[in-house]
Amino acid sequence: MKKFKKSLLAIAASSVMSLSAYAGEVEVLHWWTSGGEAKSVAVLKQLLEKQGHTWKDFAVAGGGGESAMTVLKSRAVSGNPPSAAQIKGLDIQEWGELGFLTDLDKVAEENKWSSLMPEIVSKVMKYDDQYVAVPVNVHRVNWLWVNPEIFKKAGAKVPTTWAEFKEAAEKIKKAGFVPLAHGGQAWQDATVFESVALGLGGPEFFRKAFVEHDMKTLQSDKMVEVFEMFKSLKPYMDKDAPGRDWNIATSMVIKGEAAMQLMGDWAKGEFAAAGKKPGEDYLCVPAPGTQNSFTFNIDSFAMFNVKDPENKKAQAALAKTILEPEFQEVFNLNKGSIPVRLGMNMDKFDSCAKDSMNSFVSTSKSGGLVPSMAHGMSTTSYIQGAIFDVVSNFFNSDKMSAKEATQKLAKAVKASM
Amino acid sequence: MHDNTVLGPQTSSAKLGRVFIYAILAFLVLFYLMPLVVMLLTSVKSMADIRTGTLISWPKEFVFDAWGKAWSSACTGVACEGVSGYFFNSIKIVLPAVLISTFLGALNGYVLTKWKFKGSDLFFGLLLFGCFIPFQVVLLPMAQTLGWLGLANTTAGLVLVHVVYGMAFTTLFFRNFYVSVPSELVSAAKIDGAGFFTIFWRILLPVSTPIIVVCVIWQFTQIWNDFLFGVVYAAGDTQPITVALNNLVNTSTGVKEYNVEMSAAIIAALPTLLVYVLAGKYFVRGLTAGSVKG
Amino acid sequence: MQVVTAKVKKKPLLDLVADQIPKLVLSPTILMTVVFIYGYVIWTGVLSFTKSSFLPNYKFAGTLQYEKLFENDRWGVAVDNLFVFGGLFILICLALGIFIAILLDQRIRAEGAIRTVFLYPMALSFIVTGTAWKWILNPSLGLERLVKDMGFENFTFDWLVNTDMAIYTLVIAAVWQSSGFVMALFLAGLRSIDSSIIKAAQIDGASLPKIYLRIILPSLRPVFFSAFIILCHIAIKSFDLVKALTNGGPGYSTDLPATFMYAFSFTRGQIGLGSASAMMMLAGVLAILIPYLYSELRGTRNA
Repeated sequence: MKKFKKSLLAIAASSVMSLSAYAGEVEVLHWWTSGGEAKSVAVLKQLLEKQGHTWKDFAVAGGGGESAMTVLKSRAVSGNPPSAAQIKGLDIQEWGELGFLTDLDKVAEENKWSSLMPEIVSKVMKYDDQYVAVPVNVHRVNWLWVNPEIFKKAGAKVPTTWAEFKEAAEKIKKAGFVPLAHGGQAWQDATVFESVALGLGGPEFFRKAFVEHDMKTLQSDKMVEVFEMFKSLKPYMDKDAPGRDWNIATSMVIKGEAAMQLMGDWAKGEFAAAGKKPGEDYLCVPAPGTQNSFTFNIDSFAMFNVKDPENKKAQAALAKTILEPEFQEVFNLNKGSIPVRLGMNMDKFDSCAKDSMNSFVSTSKSGGLVPSMAHGMSTTSYIQGAIFDVVSNFFNSDKMSAKEATQKLAKAVKASM
Repeated sequence: MHDNTVLGPQTSSAKLGRVFIYAILAFLVLFYLMPLVVMLLTSVKSMADIRTGTLISWPKEFVFDAWGKAWSSACTGVACEGVSGYFFNSIKIVLPAVLISTFLGALNGYVLTKWKFKGSDLFFGLLLFGCFIPFQVVLLPMAQTLGWLGLANTTAGLVLVHVVYGMAFTTLFFRNFYVSVPSELVSAAKIDGAGFFTIFWRILLPVSTPIIVVCVIWQFTQIWNDFLFGVVYAAGDTQPITVALNNLVNTSTGVKEYNVEMSAAIIAALPTLLVYVLAGKYFVRGLTAGSVKG
Repeated sequence: MQVVTAKVKKKPLLDLVADQIPKLVLSPTILMTVVFIYGYVIWTGVLSFTKSSFLPNYKFAGTLQYEKLFENDRWGVAVDNLFVFGGLFILICLALGIFIAILLDQRIRAEGAIRTVFLYPMALSFIVTGTAWKWILNPSLGLERLVKDMGFENFTFDWLVNTDMAIYTLVIAAVWQSSGFVMALFLAGLRSIDSSIIKAAQIDGASLPKIYLRIILPSLRPVFFSAFIILCHIAIKSFDLVKALTNGGPGYSTDLPATFMYAFSFTRGQIGLGSASAMMMLAGVLAILIPYLYSELRGTRNA
């Protein structure tokens, strides 16, 4: 409340001083509508209004941005896209190729963006070697969330490899708990699948399969092994997993019904809301076998072409503000993710976020930093969709062998390229 | 209407039958009420209750905070002002769209039954096809058209969309109703020199009340509940309530508050529920009066 | 609106104009139909022969999209599902609708209230009731748990999470929503039957079930017809239902053509393929609609 009053004052003051100077408007399409997420964007709105611009909110939730993308397409077709839209991963390139996005190189140069983020991240933000989008945060996807209480009761050890995972899961199952909490939605299936692939195959294999779509890798024996391991996890989930929201799965870990969950670090929000402390009530460890790698899921805003010069200024201000330390800190504290800006003071962040940051920095140098396939970072939406279909169908069907799944995967990826 | 006493029980053994009928009805009523009951119960639970209990259990205590929050302070974007504002947006969209589409439907039905011309039957057939077109198909071309018309992201544009895709239904309703109005009345009036509109106002419209009720209920429900057009063609602060509800309920990486979600869902459903509860009687009557050709 | 301007024209023209009034009144509708329905259908048809991916483009691709569509496993599942779902949904809705209507027609106390209970689901969209349904059908949260807690340990109801059975949960929820409307249609039909026919049959000594089977139901044929068309329309357009309940899962076992079309056109940026699937859907609609229209329009011509 105090913060709010303060910012109101700031807005009032700044509007007197600078409203006449710029009165640009940014219309921002995003799908952050609930709780912590909404508060996080509200911070951005305040920071922008402090600079005298107006924020026109355009929130469309649903399906991890599915609905928002439908709306965006129709806005683009009708000839008036918003000035900024939350677009992720390779979709940025698609929009760039269609000529909708504006070039942010001026802002980027002035603020030395290239030195602020790892190259693998800035590559995603560029089309034709020019910045067209701004990253907001980094989520680590390959986390394993652990309820230590259950591990103690079952006499199991927190796993660091997939073999250990199965050992521990057996013990936990015998002790009467659900070893792995899971929500059987296509993207969650894919989240587990990619963690298995990364844990068994390593970052090089992961990149070949999901970024380069190398046919040999997709049909390799390693991939068959990945599919087999993935399927062998099913007995460790309860039978009611299909269709379950991820947060209900998380609450199974919180309530002590399930021992583990493979989920990105947004799961932290659920633990925090239930009043649980990291390191004590729950543990965050890298998914088995992925200690030295990091699957990233980055939220970003792509900037569209706008004509009005005032609005263009507002848009540039928005782009600049997103990467400023002030916003990066507040936003990521709220959202559970880590700043995309390197070298930030992490004092206020919790231990999971600190681990995540360290690992982000070290993997970006070692080559262990890979884009998440399940979250649209590594590939276009159509190839991603094709992979989802095969992975999710294989996982839910008893009729397909791992070998067949591998062939189907290769075929589906090829068909949608 | 037939006098259903003739089908009533005549023997005492039929009494058993009646008990049976009531038992079946009671069972069915329970089944139909279930989702609404689950929603109502959840909306008055506390989050702690929801987290620890089963989702369809009886509340430990009744808390009504969620309702207030859903109405005026839940977040649906950067604004945390609840769904109240969007509620009124919906009204602004629904009222004109229902009125225009009903009026057009009445005129169309009138022409298609009493002033038939060559090709009018064929046209009716072509129009009916419009009932069946999956709306997902029209999303992009409609966006382009609205852009050309300068109506993109306006309430007026959204009203137009609803009128266009509601018209096939309203026309169908009125046509089927007017078919049963004796054409002799119309031809007699024509001989007396009454014009097109005079006949419509004086003869057709006065007897149309039942079908107008059916049509308004149908259109009101369809348009109020619409999500697809609302989400695609409305801009941020003019979004209808279904879109706001979706924003509130759907979260990718946020914490869920089921009690607030359920309260908001019930608020979003109240107008249509009210229409069915209050006007349900007239709905069946209206159907009886002729939209069902029997 | 054109009519108003037409009327103020010169007098000698008035009669001529008057003759044209019906057509003028209908013309806005005709225009809208031509543009917003047929124009868009043609546009979609054109797109289905292009390479359109992320946004529409007009690079000709021949029948490539159709070939891709028929090779796609998921499309096969979606079409099969529509037959299973649509068939069951329509059948059960009709049967349940008639059944409840007949029950309600037996001088039931508080008929109005009971009728409202059957009708209210029609007032709610699955955007509103989706979560509640998901809970009820979920084995560990809903009905199964409830019945188990009541002491029936062996009770299972896990269709929602069963790949082979999930499609039937869609039927349950869809029947819940639409059967009340069908009931209202039939109740209306029952109430409009001339009671003298029934009386005559009773005097002849016909039993109640016989009266229903032989006299009442056959006379409700037009109602069957209207209900059938409305239900077909609901089944083909079912979209919110799937999105809310299963989102096509587990896997893609509950995908329907409408959700397939949406996923490929919008989420996956394969508009060409999505358009091809839309054209196939429209072809299916025509197959139902043409016989209906034929009989409908012939019927009124005779009347």
